[in-house]
Amino acid sequence: MTSPAPALLDRRLLFFTGKGGVGKSTVAAAFALLAAQHGKRVLVIEVDAKGNLTDLFEHGPVGFTPAEVHPGVFAMSMNTQDSLQEYLKLNLKVPVLGRIGPVARALDFVANAAPGVKEILTVGKIVWEVREALEGRADWDLVVVDAAATGHIVAQLGAPDAIRELVAVGPVRQQTEWMSELLADPAITALNVVATPEEMPVNETIELVETVREELSVPMGAVVVNRVLPELFTHADEEIFDALREPEPVARMTASVGPGVPAVLDGARLAVSLRRTRAVHLTRLRTTLDLPMLYVPYLFVRSHGLRVTRMVAEAIGEELGL
Amino acid sequence: MTPTGTGDAGRAGAGTAASSLEPLLAAKEIVVFCGSGGVGKTSIAAASALGAASRLGGKVLVLTIDPAKRLASALGLEGIGNTERRVPDDLIRAAGIEPRGELYAAMLDTKSSWDELILRHAPDEVTAYRILENRLYTNLTSRFVQSHDYIAMERLFEIHATGTYDLIIIDTPPTRNALDFLEAPARMAEFFGGRLLRWLTLPYRMGGKRGARVINLASRPFYQVADRILGSQFLQDIAEFFLNFQSMYDGFVQRAESVERLLHDRRTTFAVVTTLEAAPLREAEIFCQELRARDFHLGALVLNKTLPDYLRGRDGARAASRLVSDSATVAESLTDLGEALADPAHTARVLRTVGQSFENFSVVAKREAELRSELAHGPEVLIDVPGLEADIHDLGGLVAIGDHLFR
Repeated sequence: MTSPAPALLDRRLLFFTGKGGVGKSTVAAAFALLAAQHGKRVLVIEVDAKGNLTDLFEHGPVGFTPAEVHPGVFAMSMNTQDSLQEYLKLNLKVPVLGRIGPVARALDFVANAAPGVKEILTVGKIVWEVREALEGRADWDLVVVDAAATGHIVAQLGAPDAIRELVAVGPVRQQTEWMSELLADPAITALNVVATPEEMPVNETIELVETVREELSVPMGAVVVNRVLPELFTHADEEIFDALREPEPVARMTASVGPGVPAVLDGARLAVSLRRTRAVHLTRLRTTLDLPMLYVPYLFVRSHGLRVTRMVAEAIGEELGL
Repeated sequence: MTPTGTGDAGRAGAGTAASSLEPLLAAKEIVVFCGSGGVGKTSIAAASALGAASRLGGKVLVLTIDPAKRLASALGLEGIGNTERRVPDDLIRAAGIEPRGELYAAMLDTKSSWDELILRHAPDEVTAYRILENRLYTNLTSRFVQSHDYIAMERLFEIHATGTYDLIIIDTPPTRNALDFLEAPARMAEFFGGRLLRWLTLPYRMGGKRGARVINLASRPFYQVADRILGSQFLQDIAEFFLNFQSMYDGFVQRAESVERLLHDRRTTFAVVTTLEAAPLREAEIFCQELRARDFHLGALVLNKTLPDYLRGRDGARAASRLVSDSATVAESLTDLGEALADPAHTARVLRTVGQSFENFSVVAKREAELRSELAHGPEVLIDVPGLEADIHDLGGLVAIGDHLFR
């Protein structure tokens, strides 16, 4: 514990959470891409199977078995039923595989209701991949998780501890112990939060960090602030801008560049006020939390997909000083 | 996006669609706002309720799930639990509108809603408290994801049944899958009526109260596996919990079926909210399709936080591009118009920034327009709500949104 925690990309397990709509998947994909660009072999796991993570690599959907979606980046989609089947095969050596099907389905049904079971099947699979890699049985240098949204992440990462409280004995209890240890190791794991500089995402980020520190032993990594609008003007610039919006300059500019001048000036005013509204939230985030902040600029691009993932990866790379 | 969603058909559809929520809010008793996270459902729901109360009159309730703090305080909801509260008329007047009707607001408290539900359906108090005190119960109500979905619909039913309100507007909980809450009542009924649950609790029911523990579980493959994974004590806890829960079976199932009926009733409509970004829009489209496939009434699609049209204008694009390329000349021509414009080099720099910023935002505005034109056959009502430059911190902000919803 005395040595400082390693840089984010030198850890083995990075979780990305955030409020819905902030670009959590894009940031997770960008981290995976960035790591791969630095020669790492990365497994990226999509937990909430919306199925759009692989879009960010311009690749078709993937299943529970990892598939290479970009050089050095392997992706898989979490599925608790598959996770349970794998667990049963590996740990219990249930003799007749054919009989696992209905039993697994029944267990999956119970898992929907019994607390923590679904979560443990999710986090268990993730941590298992990391342990396999640490012990040389799997090739992952880094596992990146496009994790549950802020509302569910604590239940998910806290599942091993919660299960230990509920289950007195049995193999599950023993296994949750190494899971908790691995999740709590700052040399291995970091939980990162993605936010945009808006009211609700900032509130949720601040609340989440507090809750994680109170209830979990998972180390926090960074806050990635996505879609940061550029600061257009200095104070001196702004005086000029205000002067430009007076009737006479508008008339003269219209004479030289055409009738679109008021629209262009309105556009700049809109940009300034959007930035200003967001700056308040950004400041609140920065002053409330004592975590490293990585800023990703708002991207004014037409497309989505791999090109955007690359741009975000580049921005994060710069922020990390790579 | 969808096979039928050609740009032309989309544009034609968008052109003929009505652009006001007013007829819908005047005709329906329940409006359910749904959509993926971060699209602004809560604000749209609150603005609709405020608009309905002030323009249409009557008693209007907005049931929100997790409002931003400032929105909650704008509605007078700070620190209030499950109870409905009247939004004071002077707050509404202060926002510049005259309330014709009465506006009420409530927040959903999942935990206490569940507790009330248990107390209502349990056969006796002993069973009720045995459930409420069960350590699995707390976990179940706070962590079982679908419990939020179900309880929101349950609360809606409960409030509607009192007949207190002319119109109830409900904001839906953020879900992993926006469809979850539609299925929640059916799933809840299925769960409590399910063969599996009966099967799971069978040994306990057969064995009488305490004899249950000695029933031969090992003979069943399900228990064999479950036992090895979870440990028998945990399994037994679960079974006992569900056994208690099952005593409420009839009440629960009837209730869930009533909730389901209410959602399908013609008095209920759904409004899907989305932004013009690829991922939320795709989800909104799937959601519209699913609502139709399940025979729910799809009333409106609200496109929220859109950029203003002028960003896509040809004149603007031309002017912006020339302000960038001819910044020096234009700046020179303005030097006599006051002290602020006396330094042409500085003015030229500002002009370039202004032009480039327009070009940047126009790229995004065009992307939005493209996504909008790809919308397949949307509902009859399609509404654009431009992004507000400031956060909503009072009812005035909601009035501003309302101006776009009631056109």
